[in-house]
Amino acid sequence: MTEAALTSESAAATVEAPTRSAFALRALDVVIRSIVPVILALIAGGLLLLALSRNPLTFYGQVWKSGVENGAWQDSAILMAPLLLIAAGLTVAFRANIWNLGYSGQFLLAAALVSGWGPSLVQRLPLAVAFVLLFVIAGLAGAIWTIIPALLKAWYGTNEIITTLMTSFIAIDLANILIKGPFQDPTVTIPQTRVLPFSDMLPSIPGTRIHCGLLIAFAAVFVVYYALSRTSWGLRLRIMGANPRAARHFGVDLKRLIVTVFLASGFLIGLSAAADILGLWGYARANWNPDYGDTVIPFVFLARLNPLGVVPFIAFFSVLSTGGDLATAEVNLPTDFMLVLVALILLFMTIIEWLGRSRPLGTSYLTPGLKQALRAPLAARRSG
Amino acid sequence: MSSLLASQLVTNVFWTSVIAGGLLAGVPLMFTALGEAISERAGVLNIGLEGMMLFGAYAGFLGAYYGHTVWLGFLAGIGAGAATSLFMVVLCVWLGLDQIVVGIAITLAGGGITSVLQGAEFGNTYPRLGAVSTAPIPLLRRLPVLGRSLFEQPPMVYLGLAIVAVVAWVFRSTNVGLNLRAAGEKPEALDQAGVSVKATRSWAALTTGAFAGLGGAYLSVVSAGIFTPFITQGQGYIAIVIAMLSRGRAGLVLIFSFAFGVALSLADSLQIAGINLSADVVNMIPYVSIIAALIIFARSSYLPPALALPYVRGAR
Repeated sequence: MTEAALTSESAAATVEAPTRSAFALRALDVVIRSIVPVILALIAGGLLLLALSRNPLTFYGQVWKSGVENGAWQDSAILMAPLLLIAAGLTVAFRANIWNLGYSGQFLLAAALVSGWGPSLVQRLPLAVAFVLLFVIAGLAGAIWTIIPALLKAWYGTNEIITTLMTSFIAIDLANILIKGPFQDPTVTIPQTRVLPFSDMLPSIPGTRIHCGLLIAFAAVFVVYYALSRTSWGLRLRIMGANPRAARHFGVDLKRLIVTVFLASGFLIGLSAAADILGLWGYARANWNPDYGDTVIPFVFLARLNPLGVVPFIAFFSVLSTGGDLATAEVNLPTDFMLVLVALILLFMTIIEWLGRSRPLGTSYLTPGLKQALRAPLAARRSG
Repeated sequence: MSSLLASQLVTNVFWTSVIAGGLLAGVPLMFTALGEAISERAGVLNIGLEGMMLFGAYAGFLGAYYGHTVWLGFLAGIGAGAATSLFMVVLCVWLGLDQIVVGIAITLAGGGITSVLQGAEFGNTYPRLGAVSTAPIPLLRRLPVLGRSLFEQPPMVYLGLAIVAVVAWVFRSTNVGLNLRAAGEKPEALDQAGVSVKATRSWAALTTGAFAGLGGAYLSVVSAGIFTPFITQGQGYIAIVIAMLSRGRAGLVLIFSFAFGVALSLADSLQIAGINLSADVVNMIPYVSIIAALIIFARSSYLPPALALPYVRGAR
């Protein structure tokens, strides 16, 4: 940051009054940055379909038909539950500029434990107690699995992208070992766990087929929003994410903060597995990997790492994914085509971001006043 | 006496398969990690390696399948990898966008696009390529265990070893190597010396793509002889780890790649020796060893200070 930019920014901070037009401009700005990439990606995806000699209009029509119409929206809503929880977990980490990319392993390990212990726990304990216990187990499994990357990052600064990916691969294999070994359903030959009876799954929201895991997901999103924006932990986290040096300068215990961020992120991702297994699947197969996290990442960014902002994007993607499953089969393409759409969204997002250029990803989420407060002592030290 | 002979025979076969398997699985890692080492030196963190490998693997398979020679496959892989890395060059090096976000996008796109193209081209069939011809080295091939495993390899393996030596030499004793390191360590200094940081990093990123594409092509054309969607199964990430562990030294890249290759192919070797370990347990070995290595060597793992940071002239 040059001096000129610094002073002009501080000037803007003092002049900027919360006028209505400024607010409208900001809202427009947010809309353009968030929605235009999605639209561009859908258009580019359509062109790609044309190139593969498929009709994009029938494809997107089919997506709408089997993702929203005739009660299909309930399937989309069911998919939202794990996606929202993973999004919340990723938001916590990314806000702190910590790249927890081990979501697949954290999810699958928690899923294996829930589906392995679930059937016997729901029989021995009152249903509500068993559910709470299983959610806690899942959360703890996800959290514990981040400890090694957390400690390595906190003490040695080891790149967490590498460590979370490696521990994730280990967790995926471990989940398979558990499912094929101790959790194997003895009555079938397929490597899978015992199936939870339908009556022992999470109850639905009255009047719908949607299980109440979705409510838990919404609650978690609000808790994350509150924790990030209204607690001192959230403030320290955001300062560290914006500028670790400044955070240390202000006496933030970085090591402790890094570890707690990892644990929170892993806990939320673990919860998503409990919601998905107890609400939707009821069992886990070996080598099952829904890869929720890969597709959630772009929307976490599109929402500017805002835990509430991510909700509409996840809703949109749930429809796209639920409808896309059938629509890709309809036009005789592998479902992996949806990955292409997600990648296109990411790509257009970075390009739009570059065109806008005033808010680089993951850096400037601080208000201008706070930024000034952070810079003042540093500037004073430099001149003094 | 005869049982001793038989067990001797089994151990010989076992070690042959360990070394040969390590090479077969290690060479794709070696090419890819070598590429990553180059771009990391120059300060470009390439998280999209997995996607570039997949593009290279699919293009390489197509080249070898329709061109009927492995060399066309390798060329196609190099081309596809380099073309993919153009995104990285334009978006990250020239425009200074977030390298991690673009890398994730490339990985997602690589998996999705190659899977879709494979489906569009071949439907639900997965055609196989024929066995790759080897170039046995006279005399050395007669060595007991090493002869069959090390010195009867496809020519690309020998070429790969030569490439490692060349890269090591470029790193150590050429101006290009010095420029690369300056671009990662202190880009301002390189700029002041009158060398373009952008150009240096661009070439580094392009080379990385080419190497990752070659690694992918070797994987599909030689190691597997087939292309299936997501064939790389995280090898791009292992390559990143190898590059980080070897701290950008080409010789170490070679050693670590071979070690991880052995770990990846150990399940088959153990089966030959009559030991039946679950594939899941064996699959964990490379990752567990990486984590163990990171815990043990954590203090000494070193990354260039300007890694993953875009260079803007005049900015502080």
